[in-house]
Amino acid sequence: MTGNAPPAVVAEGLTKRFGAFTAVDGLDLTIATGEVVGFIGPNGAGKSTTIRMLCGLLRPSAGRASVAGFDVGRQPEAVRAHIGYMSQKFSLYGDLTCRENLRFFGGIYRVPRPVMEERIRFAIAMAGLEGREDRLVSTLAGGWKQRLALGCAILHRPPVLFLDEPTSGVEPEARRRFWDLIHTLAAGGVTILVSTHYMDEAEYCNRIALIDAGRLVAMGSPGELRGLDLGGALFELGGVAAGAALAALREMPGVIEAAIFGDRLHVLVRDAATAERMGPFLKRRAVEPGALRPIAPSLEDVFVRLVARRSEEEEGGGA
Amino acid sequence: MSPRRLFAMAFKEMLQIWRDPHSLAIALLMPMMQMVLLGYGISLDIRGVPLCIYDQERSQTSRALVQRFVASDWFTGVRVLDSDRAVREVMDNGDCAGVVTIPVDFSRVFTTTGSGPVQAVFDATDSNTTNIAIGYAQGVVALTTADFEMRWAQAHGLLPRTVGAVDFQPRVWFNEGLESSYFIIPGVVAVILALVGAQLTSLTISREWERGTMEQLISTPVTALEVMLGKIVPYFLIGLFDAIFCLLAAIFWFHVPFRGSIVLLALTTALFTVVVLGIGYLLSVRIRSQLGASQIALILTLLPTTMLSGYTFPIDQMPAPIRAVSLLVYARYYVTILRAVFLKGSSALDLLGPILALALYALAIVWIAARAFRKSLD
Repeated sequence: MTGNAPPAVVAEGLTKRFGAFTAVDGLDLTIATGEVVGFIGPNGAGKSTTIRMLCGLLRPSAGRASVAGFDVGRQPEAVRAHIGYMSQKFSLYGDLTCRENLRFFGGIYRVPRPVMEERIRFAIAMAGLEGREDRLVSTLAGGWKQRLALGCAILHRPPVLFLDEPTSGVEPEARRRFWDLIHTLAAGGVTILVSTHYMDEAEYCNRIALIDAGRLVAMGSPGELRGLDLGGALFELGGVAAGAALAALREMPGVIEAAIFGDRLHVLVRDAATAERMGPFLKRRAVEPGALRPIAPSLEDVFVRLVARRSEEEEGGGA
Repeated sequence: MSPRRLFAMAFKEMLQIWRDPHSLAIALLMPMMQMVLLGYGISLDIRGVPLCIYDQERSQTSRALVQRFVASDWFTGVRVLDSDRAVREVMDNGDCAGVVTIPVDFSRVFTTTGSGPVQAVFDATDSNTTNIAIGYAQGVVALTTADFEMRWAQAHGLLPRTVGAVDFQPRVWFNEGLESSYFIIPGVVAVILALVGAQLTSLTISREWERGTMEQLISTPVTALEVMLGKIVPYFLIGLFDAIFCLLAAIFWFHVPFRGSIVLLALTTALFTVVVLGIGYLLSVRIRSQLGASQIALILTLLPTTMLSGYTFPIDQMPAPIRAVSLLVYARYYVTILRAVFLKGSSALDLLGPILALALYALAIVWIAARAFRKSLD
C-alpha cells in the first residue's frame, strides 16, 4: 500500500434506502490506492448496492463517497471515466463478437486510437481468447465471458475497478485464473474492490470488508480477522452424526455456537471446561461422541460468528 | 458530446440490427406490405354498384332506359326483375344496392305529358355509397331524358328545348380524374412511416434494460445525448429507406402524379422521420420492457394517425373538439405537406404552417427525449 497517496475510495455514512427498506446503512469505508479489498457478506447484505453507489449508478440516500478523488454525487461523470465496472449479471453484448465488444467499449471510453489495437490485443491475451476474437460472445463459456468483461472494463486503464461477484457461476479453475488477473492488475497499481460470496476467495484479498444487513461488521486483513476474539474457544468435532450432535449441542450450557462444516462440527465454547464436558453430555443424549480437537478459526468461522453476534446484539438492543 | 463515442454507439447499434435479420426484415418488409394493403384496400371511388331494375312495362322506351343502366360503368350486374316480390327479396338479402322501377304506363305518360315518372328504392345501410349511387342513377336518367326529349321534339316537329338551362361546366384542379387514390396514397405513406418509425425505436432502450446490458453501458462516461443519437441514427437510415420505398411506390406503382420539389419532399420527410423515431425512443426510455414499449407505441400511433391525420377522414368535417385534438397529431402536418407537394406542387412558403408545426414537434420531441434518459438505476 503506497504510503502517502490519497485513498482511492472513501465512503462516509453511505446510506441507501429503497422505500422503507434500508439496503446500506451508514457505511464507512476507506480503500488505499493499490489495495485489493474483498467485499464479503450474505446475499442481500448490500454489497451490490454499495458498489452501484460507488460507481454512480445509484444515488446515495445519505452520506457521501468519493472515488479516485471525485465525489460520487457531484461528479458522477468524472468518477465513471476513472473506474472500470463489472456488474453482477453478465452485461456485454451477446450478439456482438469479442472484438466488437472491445471496440465498442474502447470507443465509449475514448481509448486513444494509436493504442487501441494494442489494448484490445492485450485484453484478448489476458482473457485467453486468442482464436476466439470473432466468436459471438453469447457462444462463449462463463469463464471466458467473465474475463472478456474484465478486459472491457480495463481498456481505458482505470485506476479503480469495481467487480461485483465476478466469479459467481464460474468453474473453480476459471475462478483461480480470474484472481491471478486481479493480482496482476493490482501489482500495476490498480485499486480493486471485489465482492464475492466464496469464502476461499476472501483469502486472496489484502483486506476484507465484512458486510451484513447493510452495515460494515468488520474490516481487516485475513490474518487480522482470523485473530479476532470470538468470545470463546473453537473446537472441531469429527466422527459424529453431525445433525444429531448439532441439535444436542445447541442445548448444552456453555456452547456459544455450533455449525456444520462438511461432515464435522465447529463448536465455539465459553471455556475449556465446557469442552471437557462435551463428550459425556453427548453420550447422555445418546449421541456417539467423536474426536474433539481445538482449532484456529477460519475466516468462515469468524464471519459466521460476527454475523450471528451482530444479529444477537440487534435483537438485544431492539427488545 | 464526443463524436468518437457517438460513432461507437451508432456502430454498435448497426451491428446489432444487422445481427438480427428478422427484425431488419420486418423493418423493411412491413412498409411494403402495408403499402400494398392500404394502397389497394382503401378506395373512396364507388364503381360497379349492384343494381336491379323492375321493368313493368317492357316497351321499347323502357328497354332503352334499362339499356342505359346496363351500359353504365357505375353499375354492375344489372338484373331485370319481374315481380314486386322479387324486388322485396333482392332488397332484403342485399343482392342489390337499389331497385329502379319503371311503371307499367311509363311510355304512355311520357308521350302524352313529355315527362315519365321512374321510381327507385335504395338500401341506405351504407349511406355514403347510397348517396353516390343515387347521384350516378340520376346521371344515367338525365342522359336518357335528354335523349328522349330530343326524339320527342323531333317526332312532334319541334326544336329541342334550349332556353332556360344553365350551362354548368365544372373543372377540377389538381386531381383531374377525381381519382381518390391520389388523395389517399400520400396519406398512406405518412401513416406507414408513423407506425413503423415509432416501432423501430420503441425497442432500443428497453432492449438494453431487458438484456442487462444497460447497467454496463451507464457505468461508462457515455452521455444521454450520445446514447439517444447513437440509437436513432441507424434507425433514421432505415426510416428513410422505408420512406423512399413508399414514396417511389406512390409515384411509380400507384401513379400518383408528383408535381412538387424533391428537395422539399426530402427535407419534410426527414423531419417527420425524426419526429416518429423520437416518439418511439421516448417510449422506450419510459417503459423498460420491449413488449410494453412496442404495444404502447402501436396504440399511440395507430389510432391518432389513422383517424385524426386527415388521411381518409377530412379534418374540417370533424367536430371542433376533435379538430383541436388533431392539432396534436403530427401525422396530419405531413399528410397535408405530402398531398400539397404531390398534387399541387406547393412551395415551402405555401406550406409554411405545417412545416413549422412539424419542425416544432421535432424540436420538442428531441428535447424531451434527450432529457428523459437518466444514467441511473434508481
